[in-house]
Amino acid sequence: MPAIDACALDDIEEEDLIRFDHGGKTYAIYRMFGEEVFCTDGLCTHEQVHLEDGLVMDYVIECPRHNGRFDIRTGAAKGAPACIDLATYPARVEAGRVIVELPA
Amino acid sequence: MALLDLIKFPTERDYSLTGPEAQRAIDNGLAGAEWYRTPIDRKTMKALMRRSDGPALRDTALWFALLALTAAGGVAFWGSWWAVPFFLAYGVLYGSAADSRWHECGHRTAFKTVWMNDVVYQIASFMMMRNPVVWRWSHTRHHTDTIIVGRDPEISGMRPPQLIVIGLNLFGLVSAPQSFAALARNAMGRLSPEEADFVPESERPKAYWIARAHMAIYAATLAACLAMGSILPAMLIGLPRLYGTWLLLVLGLPQHLGLAEDVLDHRLNARTVLMNPVLRFLYWNMNYHMEHHMYPMVPYHALPRLHEAVKHDCPPPSPSLYAAWREIVPCVLRQLRDPHHFIRPQLPEGAGAARQSPPLAAE
Ligand code: FES
Repeated sequence: MPAIDACALDDIEEEDLIRFDHGGKTYAIYRMFGEEVFCTDGLCTHEQVHLEDGLVMDYVIECPRHNGRFDIRTGAAKGAPACIDLATYPARVEAGRVIVELPA
Repeated sequence: MALLDLIKFPTERDYSLTGPEAQRAIDNGLAGAEWYRTPIDRKTMKALMRRSDGPALRDTALWFALLALTAAGGVAFWGSWWAVPFFLAYGVLYGSAADSRWHECGHRTAFKTVWMNDVVYQIASFMMMRNPVVWRWSHTRHHTDTIIVGRDPEISGMRPPQLIVIGLNLFGLVSAPQSFAALARNAMGRLSPEEADFVPESERPKAYWIARAHMAIYAATLAACLAMGSILPAMLIGLPRLYGTWLLLVLGLPQHLGLAEDVLDHRLNARTVLMNPVLRFLYWNMNYHMEHHMYPMVPYHALPRLHEAVKHDCPPPSPSLYAAWREIVPCVLRQLRDPHHFIRPQLPEGAGAARQSPPLAAE
């Protein structure tokens, strides 16, 4: 999977996320603390609502529509109405930039 | 069901989830649609969504303490008139206040700690005689398709409103037997066609097992009544869902009653009612209902702040419960004659344009 320079680390607040669109797909890039970043699909697996307005808390993203919760490290759905896991993608920080590996 | 039909006013529209309105809603783009939300900057929103355990721990400890005290008083004075005020209070704390605990913990926003939400959710679901699995999914649909006919399973004020049913439900006389029958059906490993419309296959076994657990508690309560030759155990478990549920209707029906159907804007189909602190404790701030629908991520204790953040863009709230009912009663009486009548709240000047559904916009 090609590595993509998605944004500056400072574009994402700590314990927050941003939306990132690439190649006709939409993703969510999260920052916990410092340089700890993660990337998942952008749409909730329940009703395909974008997670960008959700709440990041303790490595969990909570969906803004029905409060479905996913572990941002593994994509694991953490209980109804989130029942299907989110896809995750490798993400890292290099020289202050967030690099994500996304399908071509 | 046939018995129930005898006391229902006929409605022009089919409010079931399995009738023609369900397809109509989909065809009109009303199912799973994009709803209007008052814009709020991310920083403010994050502050509003922030979770904590403190307020819900305090309120839950108080709730449990009041339940225990009133139950103890009712038991101590059982057989005398002195028991009546204790059971009146206990009934409301059980059959009315449990609804808002069910609601907030169902969203998992009341507490920051997830298991605390889940424990209170299970207890409150039992008290409200609701299958916690089925009702979680029903409420999920209510949020996706709020008051969309044919999609929302939680429309309590149809057109015309079912006034006899609502009246009987002040004491749970229709809703409790229906809920109990639903639990019994689930315990036997079955869902109604309506339930099957919104509960996914993978969740159904859980729904059956929890229904069996609820039925076992009711069976144990019945056995205790028989053993003691008294209805006292049922006065504490089960019956409060009948004799104590009246306040829930008084507080809860104004949420949507008399407002628009089939719109994509909670400012037009949900009502915020200002209430005093005692009612807000019993109702866990669900009176900020329009705000809750717009942003279900905001915990109950932050809803007054959310109200302040969006009020410039929203219709003025009802200033009191009395004012809300003064608006509702003439409306529902008129709906008996004219089911097309509904209240159109006035948006303030400069507010975002109302998001009507395609059919209404075309009218
Ligand atoms: S759309 Fe995300 S939990 Fe329902």
